[in-house]
Amino acid sequence: MVESAQPALSDPRHTPHVPGPSLWPIGFAVGVACLLLGLVLSWVIAAVGALLAVAFGLLWAREVTREVRGEVPEVEPERRAQVETPPAPAPAPATFTRSRFLEASTIGLGGAIGAVVTVPVLGFMVLPSFTNIEEQEIDLGPIENFPEGEYVIATYLTDPARGEVTRRTVFVRYNGPAENGQPSFTILYSRCVHLGCPVQPNGPIDEAAKKEIDGVELRPVLAQSFGCPCHGGLYDAEGNRRAGPPVRSMDRYTYSIRNGRLVLGELYAVGNVSGTGANAKISKYAWSTPGTHVDGVESWLYPLVPSQVTR
Amino acid sequence: MAGKSRRQSLIENAVLVPLDWVDERTAAVRGTKWFLFRNVPRDISWAQTLGSATLTAFIVQALTGAILAMYYKPSSEIDPVTGKPIAYASIEHITSDLTLGWLVRGMHRWGASVFIILLFLHMGRVFLFGAYKYPRELTWITGVLLLVTGMLLGFTGYLLPWDQTAYWATVVGINLNGTAPFLGPWLAEFLAGGPEIGADTLSKWYALHMLLLPGAVIALIGVHIYLVTRLGVVSPPWSRERAGRERTGAPPAGAREGLVRPGGGGD
Repeated sequence: MVESAQPALSDPRHTPHVPGPSLWPIGFAVGVACLLLGLVLSWVIAAVGALLAVAFGLLWAREVTREVRGEVPEVEPERRAQVETPPAPAPAPATFTRSRFLEASTIGLGGAIGAVVTVPVLGFMVLPSFTNIEEQEIDLGPIENFPEGEYVIATYLTDPARGEVTRRTVFVRYNGPAENGQPSFTILYSRCVHLGCPVQPNGPIDEAAKKEIDGVELRPVLAQSFGCPCHGGLYDAEGNRRAGPPVRSMDRYTYSIRNGRLVLGELYAVGNVSGTGANAKISKYAWSTPGTHVDGVESWLYPLVPSQVTR
Repeated sequence: MAGKSRRQSLIENAVLVPLDWVDERTAAVRGTKWFLFRNVPRDISWAQTLGSATLTAFIVQALTGAILAMYYKPSSEIDPVTGKPIAYASIEHITSDLTLGWLVRGMHRWGASVFIILLFLHMGRVFLFGAYKYPRELTWITGVLLLVTGMLLGFTGYLLPWDQTAYWATVVGINLNGTAPFLGPWLAEFLAGGPEIGADTLSKWYALHMLLLPGAVIALIGVHIYLVTRLGVVSPPWSRERAGRERTGAPPAGAREGLVRPGGGGD
């Protein structure tokens, strides 16, 4: 190793660039912490935090980039005797040579073959999760099985051919006839709209009155609220959030009455329910994953959800 | 050969000649020497072994996982005879019936936590030592990708026992992903294979856990270790040989031609 061949350490071009020490990041961090705290506590603290973060962030950025923005040292243009370099060979004629053609066609053909193989395979990996999602209509049996003003836990298989993994539970309440004379039902889906755990009715289940009709299990329950065991979400009898982390009201099913039997339609998300029973006003939205907002500012984060496309 | 007995050189030849034969054709011996017999800074410590420890934990996971796969059946269908899901029953079978099955499953289950813990300790060491800095930025980035794939391995593996904990923890995990802005609900539906966990979800996650993610981890480990070998081990921050410090005398052991800067430390 020849010592003289090494670049001098003092030459800034050959030393790793390390920004100088700075206290501004601490102020920036305090600002960010203040901002996050403010999001929970109050907008004033958040605004102060944002101001601090921006101010110290700018100071920090100014200090870090000082070297870059500062005077650029004059660099002597490198001069070399022309004689040292051998005369450049005459430039090759600008033809599309055979080797370049072969190179381009190898890469091009290889890419085309790769795409032909990869695209359908990737499609098969992704698309089945979003296509052919047909909600089977579930027949919950004669409406006489649902006493007025009382919830019934109904569990069933949405697709018996695919087995137990398709078992679902809904809470069904007969509200008596609606204004138009048709029977009115409240049908809440059991999955918590926080993160999808199984919501439980808060009340005693009348196991003695349990019925099983065409694969649908019905169990009356005395409950005026529903609770989730996972993270403490609490809903009232209309499925509105009363406590805990859920971000909307419990999902509901549309329904229809056919030949005196209750038939479930499609699942939808509910922003809020005002009023009760047959007179409830339900703000209805396309179903979305638990934990996603369907109304308010936060719903802007989910402009397009799969059920809007696949149904 | 002077000073060596004839017998000694015969034995040496018996080893070296075949090695030379292989090396001439494959460069395997030179490659192994390049990979293993590296100079390291004199003031490294046990802290620098965390990366190898993480690698060892991954190798344990790969081996025990491959062997568990010989007995595990990723099916959510109910066995008509036992009335239990086939996947759950196969885990029970591994744990309570098969000889040493409890041990290998336990190694895989606890080894997963060990792997993740070591990943974080290794990352903390690299961060505190500043070993992510120039010229090792890409080593850090591949390491971060390894952390993500490693955690995905943990996430996908958790569903496989197909018991109540596995099922509902995965429901929560999928929906957590679903709350990510914009693409979250799409990601959740991809992970669940539909609006909710269905009949294909378990085998999909098994394929991710068994094939895709380990393949990605192995490829990333290859790049990561290549970069570590090429760029060398960094000195601790309190080292008197740390990078950027001007010093006189002979270049430190380990300075190599073509590496950053022969005069600098940090390799």
